[in-house]
Amino acid sequence: MNSLPLLSLLVFIPWAGALLLAVAGRSVSANTSRALALGFSLSTLALALVALGSFDPHAAGYQFTERHAWIGALNVNYSLGLDGLSLLLVLLTGIVSPLCLLASWRIERSPQLFGPLFLLLQGAALGVFLALDFFHWFIFWEVSLVPAFFLIKMWGGPGATRAAYQFVIYTLAGGACLLLGFAALYAATGTLDFTELAQLAARGEIGPKLATLGTFWPQVVFVGVFLGLAVKVPLFPFHTWLPPAYAEAPTGVSMFLTGVMSKMGVYGFLRILWPLFPAPLQAAAPCLLWLALGGVVLGAFAAMKQTDLKRMVAYSSINHLSYCLLALFAVAGATKPDAVTAALSGTLLQLFNHGLSAAALFACVGILEARSGGQRGLDDFGGVRTVTPLFAGFCGIAMFSSLGLPGLNGFVGEFLIFRGVFGLAPWAAGIACLGLLATALFLLTFWQRVFHGPVAAGVAAFRDLDRLEFLTLLPFIVLMFLLGVLPQIVISLFNPLVAAWAAHLP
Amino acid sequence: MNLLPWTIYVSFAGALLALVAGSRSAAAARWIALVTAVAGSALTFLAAREFVSSAGLQDIVNVPWIAGLGVRYHLAADGISLTLLVLTGLAATAGILFSWNIGERPGEFFALFLALIGGVYGVFLSADVFALFVFYEIAIVPKYFLIAIWGSTNREYGAMKLVLYSFAGSALVLAGLLWAYAAGGAHGFGLAELTAAAGNIPHTTSLAIFALVFLGFAVLAGIFPFHTWAPTGHVAAPTAASMLLAGVVMKLGAYGCLRVALPLFPAAFAYWQPVIGWLAVAGIIYAGFIALVQEDFKFVIGYSSVSHMGFVLLGLAAATPLAMAGAVLQMFSHGVIAGLLFAVVGRMVYERTHTRRLADLRAMPLHRLLPFAAVVFVVAGLASLGLPGFSGFPAELSILIGTWQTKPLWAAGAALGIVVAGAFTLRVIQVSFFGSTGAAPAAAPDHPLPPITLAEKAGALLLIGATVFVGLRPDALLDWIVPALQSPVFQAVMKGGHP
Repeated sequence: MNSLPLLSLLVFIPWAGALLLAVAGRSVSANTSRALALGFSLSTLALALVALGSFDPHAAGYQFTERHAWIGALNVNYSLGLDGLSLLLVLLTGIVSPLCLLASWRIERSPQLFGPLFLLLQGAALGVFLALDFFHWFIFWEVSLVPAFFLIKMWGGPGATRAAYQFVIYTLAGGACLLLGFAALYAATGTLDFTELAQLAARGEIGPKLATLGTFWPQVVFVGVFLGLAVKVPLFPFHTWLPPAYAEAPTGVSMFLTGVMSKMGVYGFLRILWPLFPAPLQAAAPCLLWLALGGVVLGAFAAMKQTDLKRMVAYSSINHLSYCLLALFAVAGATKPDAVTAALSGTLLQLFNHGLSAAALFACVGILEARSGGQRGLDDFGGVRTVTPLFAGFCGIAMFSSLGLPGLNGFVGEFLIFRGVFGLAPWAAGIACLGLLATALFLLTFWQRVFHGPVAAGVAAFRDLDRLEFLTLLPFIVLMFLLGVLPQIVISLFNPLVAAWAAHLP
Repeated sequence: MNLLPWTIYVSFAGALLALVAGSRSAAAARWIALVTAVAGSALTFLAAREFVSSAGLQDIVNVPWIAGLGVRYHLAADGISLTLLVLTGLAATAGILFSWNIGERPGEFFALFLALIGGVYGVFLSADVFALFVFYEIAIVPKYFLIAIWGSTNREYGAMKLVLYSFAGSALVLAGLLWAYAAGGAHGFGLAELTAAAGNIPHTTSLAIFALVFLGFAVLAGIFPFHTWAPTGHVAAPTAASMLLAGVVMKLGAYGCLRVALPLFPAAFAYWQPVIGWLAVAGIIYAGFIALVQEDFKFVIGYSSVSHMGFVLLGLAAATPLAMAGAVLQMFSHGVIAGLLFAVVGRMVYERTHTRRLADLRAMPLHRLLPFAAVVFVVAGLASLGLPGFSGFPAELSILIGTWQTKPLWAAGAALGIVVAGAFTLRVIQVSFFGSTGAAPAAAPDHPLPPITLAEKAGALLLIGATVFVGLRPDALLDWIVPALQSPVFQAVMKGGHP
């Protein structure tokens, strides 16, 4: 429909930028390199808006598709496509990535290397959201680990090496499970194309085909694919890599990890696991609901126990993403179209909102760290509000967005999720309320201990936001208000898609 | 097609020339060696351009050699040979670029190196088992001298162990083939004749003969538990030789299994299949874990080679079209990647820092001292752990898929091996190049490290280019390999019975 390969450009402009900046290296000044990286990063937002302009939410299937024969012997195609879900996440990537680079502007250690690695990561994430063939998709999925590893390790805190190693090994192990699962799918069906596999699954043919390999292999393959995705989200109890990785990474990278990369896992659940394995997922849903609840409740309680602000925000990410999975598992296990639509809409909206609020919170902690010379303990501050009222205001808005105050963006998503889950699995929704409560508790503790009380010793000298930090936070704040009042801007993108999903439930 | 035998002749001629010229000028020997290797590589590419992969095994030369024994000088090539010939050309060229600085007896070094290459080309082209065996032995002898004269740590031990294993392996092969010749009543050593004659051998006898021949070749491919020569030998060898030994010579063993052992005795292969498969899986996992705890940089790479060759054997053992194609692709992929890894470890790092102990390297800020080497090693390491986008990924994926079709448990075991490979590769990247915390370079080398030379950069870029190209366009090789596997002999192997 469009002669311009829009989606290829989306993926490859950041990569081209990465290559260019890596080759240029130290022959360009640090500021030029930063500005160029920002420019390449903004290309995603620009192209995503172009896509938004000609995107038809009501059209069935994928749009802007590109498909070329790639590897004949394996029946692999170069295949890209975009639907409401992909567009949502591409938009999110386009918004969050440049802001991560702004938050990393003051990194003085090898800025000419930071930019290219970040662009590599950004392109890989976009590829994951757009690729429709497993071979193609898996390249992006795995390649994203490489820049993430080095970004955490080289620019992170004192424990960064261990954290980066743990993060990559966990995800690689998950990747090997995924690979094994898809090797089995190919062995049984002869294709790696998500759409074709989903059609086979819709006709109920995948299970029997896998059973030709051996009686218990359908379950093993399901578990393999599930594990690969669960580690990435992460789903409780596969989350242990996350707090150290998020806490040790430099601010801009933590923002990207939580804002965009954590969405890759949930995206995988929605795009791969659910369409390909509807029956096994339905069978497993009652158990999986408990895991998601574990993430919701224990994530929030663990956050409450943290004294390191960054780890606190990291645990709150586990909590927020578990809501998405809670809704998905509730949907997979039940058949009430009305509640299903609410739950799924909530999931997608929550993906977007969490990307904004968690990234903003990490940016705020980063600003505190920059002021205090690296300290970010809960008790290292006090009375920050009186010294830096603007910053306190912004940070407060991000927190209230995160805990779901009505009027801000976080509320609508969580409301829809709870509304859906109440209809499908009331007991689960009841237990999940504990998570809401704990979230409110730890965010308010954060707010009170850092921003109120007597002005602590070092805090009196804090500057308020400068122009760069203001620019970094402002888009988040604006969007939080905008989407709190007008959530339909985002919902309209995926509403028909969600309705179609709900209609195809067994 | 007639160009391919010239790879052999050019290499041997170059060896002679380098020997003569080397006594006068080291530079002359180097350039002769480089020109020879590039010429060999160019010949493989030229031949590939006019190669018709659908035609199966194509005769090139077929003349009587030793009339009384029915031995013929019979060369032929199909897509599998071609893939490995291209690999040999690339590995040889890169190997010479990485030995540009050989100062000790350069004439002899390059002569032996090229003789080894010539033997390898010969093995990949032979369609007569006798000729194959002769070339095979030609390749083994130079190995010994390369390690014993130019080697490093424990070189006499390493060289001796490697050569003893190699000779033991080839003795098994020879015994097995002679037995097959006698028992089957063959009149010649041509592959086709022997295959036909092997059909006359009683099943129980063929089980024993197959075991001899397969094991003999598999030892050279580093099959667990007969792999111990490989790390020791590769560590002791000079860089270019380790690149070639791990990169190409191990492939001779796998190629022998594929070209000789399997087609001769498809029924016996079906009998031994479970044993071979489980040994391959054990090798993948065991060698991976051993690599995880090595304290010597080069031993990590040595064991990783054993682990990756396990995938080749697994692909052969699974004996489905996709698994076997993946096995050949993995031979190519591992040849390139192992070459690159050994080049970084042996040439770029060891010859500059004079240590391979990870504990010493950890204390040096190597990523700042040798940034180019660090980048190359990260790329090679990622390729080695099977990251998508590099040649190892399509190879391992094909093997996994092909293995799933018949033996799901093996596939699951191999997947565990992939995780272990990720762990040991990341560990060694981390410790060797990024070990120092940056604050205090505790044990900075007492002299500035010499910069990376142009020859090293060229060699590294050549190999990286090859692995990335095949990673993104595996069809380039699969289009040769897949038709070759459709020949009746391989179809018989896959069916596990005689045609």
